[in-house]
Amino acid sequence: MKTPEEIFDLLKNKFGEAIIELVSDKPAESFISVDPLQIDKICNSLRDEKEFAFNSLMNLSGVDDANGEKLKDENEHDIIKGGTLSVFYHLESTILKHKVTLKVSADRDNPEVASVEEIWRSADWHEREAFDMYGIKFLNHHNLIRILMPYDWEDSYPLRKDYQNPEFYQGMKVPY
Amino acid sequence: MSIKTEEMVLNMGPQHPSTHGVLRLELVLEGELIRDVIPHIGYLHRCFEKHAEVMTYPQVIPYTDRMDYLASMYNEFGYVVAVERLLEIEVPERVEYIRVIMGELQRIASHLVALGTYGADIGAFTPFLFCFRDREKILNLFEITCGARLLYNYMWVGGLSHDIHPDFVRLTKDFIKEFKPNLKELNDLLTFNQIFVDRTANVGILPPDTAINYGVTGPNLRASGVKWDLRRNDPYSVYHKFDFEIPIGKGEKGTVGDCWDRYYMRVLEMYESLKIIEQAIDNIPEGDVTSAIPKRIKPPEGQIYARVENPRGELGYFIISDGSVNPFRVKVRAPSFVNMEVFGELCKDHLVADVVAILGSIDIVLGEIDR
Repeated sequence: MKTPEEIFDLLKNKFGEAIIELVSDKPAESFISVDPLQIDKICNSLRDEKEFAFNSLMNLSGVDDANGEKLKDENEHDIIKGGTLSVFYHLESTILKHKVTLKVSADRDNPEVASVEEIWRSADWHEREAFDMYGIKFLNHHNLIRILMPYDWEDSYPLRKDYQNPEFYQGMKVPY
Repeated sequence: MSIKTEEMVLNMGPQHPSTHGVLRLELVLEGELIRDVIPHIGYLHRCFEKHAEVMTYPQVIPYTDRMDYLASMYNEFGYVVAVERLLEIEVPERVEYIRVIMGELQRIASHLVALGTYGADIGAFTPFLFCFRDREKILNLFEITCGARLLYNYMWVGGLSHDIHPDFVRLTKDFIKEFKPNLKELNDLLTFNQIFVDRTANVGILPPDTAINYGVTGPNLRASGVKWDLRRNDPYSVYHKFDFEIPIGKGEKGTVGDCWDRYYMRVLEMYESLKIIEQAIDNIPEGDVTSAIPKRIKPPEGQIYARVENPRGELGYFIISDGSVNPFRVKVRAPSFVNMEVFGELCKDHLVADVVAILGSIDIVLGEIDR
């Protein structure tokens, strides 16, 4: 059993720059911030090495940080420019009984995160959901299509903080 | 002469009685054998997570009821545990005891629906009525407690909406006394019925490694022989005070982790839930159930992932607070959503008729998958 601090130190030794920081402000749970394009390598090591043995991904969750510039478009709707979208990974080892949370942040304009679907099969649908709701692109995901929204929903992502309802969907008026 | 075979795509659902809601399955068949299953979900999508961002923390509770509508009490339980941890508040012991009793009654009610409909799905209609008769009694208990039968809004952050009715303890004991022989009746009628065993044993075998890798939790994981229950492995509320077993699948009728094992886990869990209720019902501490409810719920900035053992598995709430009265982000790790992913893997190389048997044994609720 290892604390998040120990896991952070071990990862820092191994991956160096890719491990950005350990955030542990109480009362919130601590999390380790890492590089979005190397998350797959880090997770592979977290799953396979005996000292970590994180065999289960409890949860994967997209988040809109809404930390960009808040502007108004021509119709006086709020829009957010720049900033980041994040993904949280909650890992657990049922063998060593420890847990850790990882976080990656990617540019809002082109959010690209490496997929961990190959490492934990449970990530498949979670990643599709994060893509569906936030438009986060998981690189090397074998089937990154919408999951909860209709497949032909136009390029808008409902859980982004600046989401606007489209006026029409398939010729039907949306805000009724 | 060789016979030409080719794959055929068969559509099942969305309005199919054995999908327990609106789920569409695209089955790729080679003759009678299933080569691939592509589930299409989202027909019940109500965007709970978007709603939650514009509600205050207590206003989210009724929405959580509507996710897993067969286990509403437990959905509230998970949510209030998460918010209480974020607020760092202590809840009176009386509240915790009542929550555990309600949660376990809900588990029995939910398992009864699961088992009853499972029987009905594969052709045994009578046990369905028996199960619903018993579930009705639990719903009556909920009704005298909070006035609602399905969607309760009963557990509040820091407390409960109502104290228990003066008759509640007596009625619950009556229920336990009546229910035990009924469980045996269910076993005689369905569980050990040879026709039922033939349909379910050795079908849809889920090995433990696959189960963990796919994130399967709850009775489905335990049926594969993994002793993993959050009430023991990551205790919350007052579960550490009670003595109960965690049943695991032993492959009594076939192989470990087959459909029959998954079914039987739920039967055994009902006995364990009864044990917990029996221990708790006589020891409910005196006190007030509303005293710890905060006047204004405004958690400090931060994020939390709290999870509870829902009747279907690990129900997790990931809540981010930005210090205002509305949650910044609520993500629900719905057990059915994750359990459903393994379904395609289980169905491979089985017969079309087994799809219904496997789907019923996973026990999904579409309200929770689609949120």
